[in-house]
Amino acid sequence: MDKKTKKQQHVRLGIQALWALVSNSYLLGFVQGKIYQGPLKRLCLPGLNCYSCPGALGSCPIGAFQAVIGGREHRFPFFVAGFLIFLGALTGRFVCGFLCPFGLIQELLHKIPFFKKIGTFRGDKLLRKLKYVIFAVFVVLLPLFAVDLIGQGPPWFCKLLCPAGTLEGGVPLVLLGEGLRGAIGWLYAWKNALLIALLLLSILIYRPFCKYLCPLGAVYSLFNGIAVLRHRVDESKCVGCGACAKACPMQVDPRRRPNDAECIRCGICRSICPTDAIEWTHCLKK
Amino acid sequence: MKQFIKRYLGPALVLCGTAFMAIGVWADELEVILAKAVRICLECIGIG
Repeated sequence: MDKKTKKQQHVRLGIQALWALVSNSYLLGFVQGKIYQGPLKRLCLPGLNCYSCPGALGSCPIGAFQAVIGGREHRFPFFVAGFLIFLGALTGRFVCGFLCPFGLIQELLHKIPFFKKIGTFRGDKLLRKLKYVIFAVFVVLLPLFAVDLIGQGPPWFCKLLCPAGTLEGGVPLVLLGEGLRGAIGWLYAWKNALLIALLLLSILIYRPFCKYLCPLGAVYSLFNGIAVLRHRVDESKCVGCGACAKACPMQVDPRRRPNDAECIRCGICRSICPTDAIEWTHCLKK
Repeated sequence: MKQFIKRYLGPALVLCGTAFMAIGVWADELEVILAKAVRICLECIGIG
């Protein structure tokens, strides 16, 4: 990676870190083992950020989606769906690359040197479809149909899978709260095992959770091709060297599909291009 | 036609998202979200 690309990536990681700090800045929560209960919690944060994190100032969009759809009335979650459509249609997966705290943690872990990093493997492409299945089954269908006696559907994704909830909420709250420590059982063990597996896998594979499991990334990815903010390859400048495809940590070939569903808008392709053929543009520009 | 869709679908969906958010606010959905978010979500942290 050249100097320009490294600098650009440091700026991006800085933005991610700053956003993670700002959106989890209720420091009293980390001291007292409690969560923020103010009015900002009505609003969703753009990335996967557990609302039971002691510092979280806003709500997790995936958790909020399940809370509304899994409520007794099983209402369509207009606000959360609108929020996701708005952000997705405006920027595609920009949120994944710039504003997701759990993405940041995986990226930092991937920086740990290891003798062999895994880029792609057999079945990689098929496995990437799993995040859509997880969204459909765990975020929509189970909260709608797998309900308790009073008709409420638990947030199944949060309950069974979400590693962000375990890391940001489960671990600190259990460490800080004696009462909660006495209540942990098999579910807590399962979620911690899943979290540890994903964190270890992050050293080998770039953002494994984002690639294969994240329902929020799945939603945003649907908009990548039609988003207002998008990438454009200037054919007259492109020399076909393939440096962009080789450098892409999400294994996208920007020459063929500059706005592929897997692109998290990290910008490595843009800064590594020797002829500056890849640029940000917007959909209304000819 | 394909070009037209590629060009204007994004902005149209931005407006659609804004309208959905407005409907959500009007339908008091934010209170449902708040009620869930201000209590420790036992499911989220692996206890419930």
